[in-house]
Amino acid sequence: MSRISKAFEGKKALIAFITGGDPDIETTEKLIIAMANSGVDIIEIGIPFSDPAAEGIVIQKASERALRGGCTVDKLFDALKRVREKTDIPLLFMSYINPIFVYGKERFMKNCKECGIDGIIVPDLPFEERDELLAECQQHSIEQIAMVAPTSLERVEMLVKDAKGFIYCVSSLGVTGVRSEIKTDIAEIIDRVKAVTDTPTAIGFGISTPQQAKEMANFAQGVIVGSAIVKIIEKHGRDCIEPVSRFIKEFSL
Amino acid sequence: MHNKKGRFGEYGGQYVSETLMKNLKELEEAYLRFKEAPDFQAQLNGLMQNYAGRPSLLYFAEKMTAELGGAKIYFKREDLNHTGSHKINNVLGQVLLAKKMGKTRVIAETGAGQHGVATATAAALMGLECEIFMGKEDTERQALNVFRMELLGAKVHTVTSGTMTLKDAVNETMREWVTRIDDTHYVLGSVMGPHPFPTIVRDFQKVIGKEIKEQLLKVEGRLPNAIIACIGGGSNAIGAFYEFIDDKEVRLIGCEAAGQGVETPKNAATITNGTVGIFHGMKSYFCQDEYGQIAPVHSISAGLDYPGIGPEHAHLSDIRRAEYVAVTDDEAVEAFEYLSRTEGIIPAIESAHAVAYLKKLAPTMAKNSIIVVNLSGRGDKDVAAVARFKGVKIDE
Repeated sequence: MSRISKAFEGKKALIAFITGGDPDIETTEKLIIAMANSGVDIIEIGIPFSDPAAEGIVIQKASERALRGGCTVDKLFDALKRVREKTDIPLLFMSYINPIFVYGKERFMKNCKECGIDGIIVPDLPFEERDELLAECQQHSIEQIAMVAPTSLERVEMLVKDAKGFIYCVSSLGVTGVRSEIKTDIAEIIDRVKAVTDTPTAIGFGISTPQQAKEMANFAQGVIVGSAIVKIIEKHGRDCIEPVSRFIKEFSL
Repeated sequence: MHNKKGRFGEYGGQYVSETLMKNLKELEEAYLRFKEAPDFQAQLNGLMQNYAGRPSLLYFAEKMTAELGGAKIYFKREDLNHTGSHKINNVLGQVLLAKKMGKTRVIAETGAGQHGVATATAAALMGLECEIFMGKEDTERQALNVFRMELLGAKVHTVTSGTMTLKDAVNETMREWVTRIDDTHYVLGSVMGPHPFPTIVRDFQKVIGKEIKEQLLKVEGRLPNAIIACIGGGSNAIGAFYEFIDDKEVRLIGCEAAGQGVETPKNAATITNGTVGIFHGMKSYFCQDEYGQIAPVHSISAGLDYPGIGPEHAHLSDIRRAEYVAVTDDEAVEAFEYLSRTEGIIPAIESAHAVAYLKKLAPTMAKNSIIVVNLSGRGDKDVAAVARFKGVKIDE
């Protein structure tokens, strides 16, 4: 059983997102350890990108900070190797397809494996294009996380029948970012997912409070919190470890 | 194997978020249904003739031909279309399609403002709500076009993310589309983005090359030796080239923006300097670094100031069916002034890139050979920017 699958065993999983290298690599290393010790079950690390078209303003700015701070995917690989020696928490990369493609798909996945990355989320690689990475992911046992959106109702079966790790269910239309209210018929889509596969589901996009997370956890086996954490990093910079840990401890699914 | 849909060789594809896939499929289906439908075609042709002013003229530039002392020079006068550029061809097609699909709102990116103005125009005509996204830098260098779009009833959003130019306007329009998708069609302005856009936009623009062929056969009784067009995303170029792709003896030449020079970081010469990547929904060539971060590009022309190129051009370049050359800001401005002075035609600064290459090529060719330059737009919008470039102070 993979590290990701284990994270869902007998419990709801809290998945935390941060942008790698925001505001610098050392802070990212410390944050991962601190979040793992604060009750997070899976950590998703965004590879900063110049043009994050699926992100709202909070994660866009995080990408800019990380790139300004000199973060590269090579530096992230080095940092995660060090992190892997200290924690066994499942680690995911979230990356747009271009940084992976240009780095070299095979080289990228090989490095992922070497530093203990368990899975990858590529927001601009839909089902129809998944072959772009399929062979490389399989060769290095990196789980390619399937995404399901509010517009996916008629596509669910195709999207999830071979899904590995978990299924990322996008809560609502739009880009990432804090939403005061999540209006969606995500429950119907998740029901359809559950009819096709036993692979666990996790809901992301717009979940910012422990209350929202708890509500969403009624529908799914996991909840992804991103922009709300990144906002704390934006506010506190290198001193974000303590406030982020405190914020995460407020969540109980 | 790759998704074969919408591929030009290895380029193209549909690299977008899952949320958009349903809409892209609906768009593709609707397009396939309507493109052959006689009533859609009749309506579109009616708009092209009676509203846009097609066919556009093919003008023999006698003075330039004599002065440059080589090939006979013809200009395809897309600058004379309603709204002043080739952009209206694509926009009338897409907005009509959007309306047939039951959409009530259109959104679009714009660089120089030509596509934004064209979209706002078509939306006004067909009664759709319209919102345009434009980089802050471009709203400044093309302030008049912002006012024009507003005059046409569009809402203009100033984009302040990233480099605040065309690529960021595309990012922001994508973000808007994914947020409000049911009633909204994204009128993509060039032969780029995810399938089916590169095909749809090409099909709506290929009228340019068709007319060139008909018109030239009528006056010269033969095909041109070369066709020259400027390239940002590449819609006017593919429009001019497409009809001639199988006519192997016709050279097809695309002119990219070299900005301050291809050896400097301040350029937008994608084929010359770029590498293969996947961005804005498509696999193609992009100006980017070793880590796949998209490069900040530069051109005096807001319409060519884009770090990528349409996937069909990437393919035409790889198979060497089309040639791609780079033209600097200085050369473009010089050609802008030259064409104004010599033929009394002020070209868009984008189109001036094609004119600049024409000036190099024509004297090297035999006197009985023929070059057609696609004059994609008129230059009224650029007069202030060119004055600024030359350090001339004018009060707009």
